[in-house]
Amino acid sequence: MSTPLNLAAGTPSSAVSPVSAIGPIVGLENLRKTYQMGGTTVTALSGLSLEIQAGEYVAIMGPSGCGKSTLLNLLGCLDRPSGGRYFLGGQDVSGLDDDALSAIRGARLGFVFQSYNLIQQLSVVENIEVPLFYQNCPEEQARQIATDLARRVGLETRLDHKPFELSGGQQQRVAIARALANDPLVILADEATGNLDSASGREILGIFDDLRRQGKTLIMVTHDVEVGERARRIIRLRDGELESDTCH
Amino acid sequence: MLAIGEGASFKAQEIIKTLGSQNILLRSQKPGEEEKVTNRRDNYVLEYGLKNEDLKRIRNTIPGVETALPARVVRDYVWNITVRVDVDVVGTLPEYPIVRNHPIAMGRFFNQADLDAAESVCVLGKEMAQKLFPLDEPLGRDVRIGDNYYRVIGVMELRTTGSFSEGNLEDAGSASRDRMFIPLETARHRYGEVLFRRRAGSSELERVALHEITVKVVNPQDVIPVADAIKDVLEKNHKKKDYAVVVPLELLKKAEETKKIFNLVLGSIAAISLLVGGIGIMNIMLANVTERTREIGIRRALGARRQDITTQFVIEAVILSASGGLLGVLLGVLIPFAVSHFAGMRTIITPGSPILAFTISGLIGVVFGLYPALRAATMDPVEALRHE
Repeated sequence: MSTPLNLAAGTPSSAVSPVSAIGPIVGLENLRKTYQMGGTTVTALSGLSLEIQAGEYVAIMGPSGCGKSTLLNLLGCLDRPSGGRYFLGGQDVSGLDDDALSAIRGARLGFVFQSYNLIQQLSVVENIEVPLFYQNCPEEQARQIATDLARRVGLETRLDHKPFELSGGQQQRVAIARALANDPLVILADEATGNLDSASGREILGIFDDLRRQGKTLIMVTHDVEVGERARRIIRLRDGELESDTCH
Repeated sequence: MLAIGEGASFKAQEIIKTLGSQNILLRSQKPGEEEKVTNRRDNYVLEYGLKNEDLKRIRNTIPGVETALPARVVRDYVWNITVRVDVDVVGTLPEYPIVRNHPIAMGRFFNQADLDAAESVCVLGKEMAQKLFPLDEPLGRDVRIGDNYYRVIGVMELRTTGSFSEGNLEDAGSASRDRMFIPLETARHRYGEVLFRRRAGSSELERVALHEITVKVVNPQDVIPVADAIKDVLEKNHKKKDYAVVVPLELLKKAEETKKIFNLVLGSIAAISLLVGGIGIMNIMLANVTERTREIGIRRALGARRQDITTQFVIEAVILSASGGLLGVLLGVLIPFAVSHFAGMRTIITPGSPILAFTISGLIGVVFGLYPALRAATMDPVEALRHE
């Protein structure tokens, strides 16, 4: 698991600007998000500003309803902020349209979900290939990358298995391999160990540690303190506002 | 369905071809109410039908008529020693084979000289020739009708669907009867004007000058107006409707008309089935999209644009409908085959129709798959990912 990935996963769409070498990899300026619920306006995030440098391992923590999921959706370009600005790799992505956001997700971001979110009818290697497919990566190259990644997460003997034939920990390893397939700027993990027993959870956290050592930027949402402690930096949210931002 | 339709219309066209699209057929026909006329010999003689005057009038007064071919048709037995065949003896003119588009298989048809001399010569139909002379050549042999002998000088080509022209307006029994041809003058001498016809339980005499007149028109486009003119002339000179006018071209048009209606009905049924099938596909795809909401969310998170999702689900719908189409084409080839085999109906599969059917089924997939696919594409990724 030591060889760094070098891949040219197709040409990124024109909506994706080249990564700027200077400045933070994630920059939030007064980011706000409000929802209309019935007649009332609910504020999920009220003016959040922070910066995350390349190679950081950040845990976002806080009680339920503090805005963690909202922040993750915004960071993942799955949702658009109601106000403020979001710079990803130096590019302002807060005002982009749906297709451009899709392109950003495909080229710059990797997701690891709590419930693995593998596509059930596809095999392990095909699941890892999905992001490459949307980057118009040639089939043979995609197969090569996916096979390499499966080996990196220790699933080289399970390439043609379907997700339901794997244990939870194995499924989450497939999901991590999939998140790495497009060589993203940032890996976003949402309660990645939440559904796992402690042994499998430790295994996954071990993989995250390895990724950090390789220089990957990781942002993890969790409310498990023990999991959070593994990260170098912990950002705590409360009621849609930054409560604390500590490094250790 | 198209195959059966094509088969039916092909058969109709073939029949029309044997009658000749440039021809108009006039036939004597017993009038509705049988009005008996007493003649000098105190016998009841029924007099009806086309007369020699009608022939002259048609020949002389109606423009655009190329030939008017008269014929006397008498049902009689033809003997070869002990073999007997029940046929229609047709007294006619030498032009018959050309006008009726009925070629000669061997020997020759009688000529003008035979006609003028009222020779006792005859041309046999193919079928009766085989029945009368199963083993040897009919040419040069003699056949007997009543007390008279006729020398066989020719045999006609087999007429496969010609029975239509004979069976169309006369009684069904004559449909299968073969025709034997003798010169018109000979027929006049032998049979005279008054015919004796035996019927079940009774017998009657009837006077019919000409049984058939075949009118050939110079220009094919004049057939209908000439037919109308003939109808007018006949109407003026006949008190009763004792004749029938058959225009093969009109039959052809009727056949085309029937085919059009047939195709329209079949087309509507097909259209309704396509609509129902399409709605079925839409329903399945909508259920499919709902069931796979989470997959859609995952794909969106991994970089799929709305367009990618739309394409994916439209392709799935097309695969669904096209496989249905393939099955349909397979059945569409097998069923006409079975219909031809078991029901004896003629079916023709035009090469375009399976291709058309397959293309349409694919298009149905696109049309009815588009709405579910668009619904899938416009889902909010966050909502879709949260979906259980």
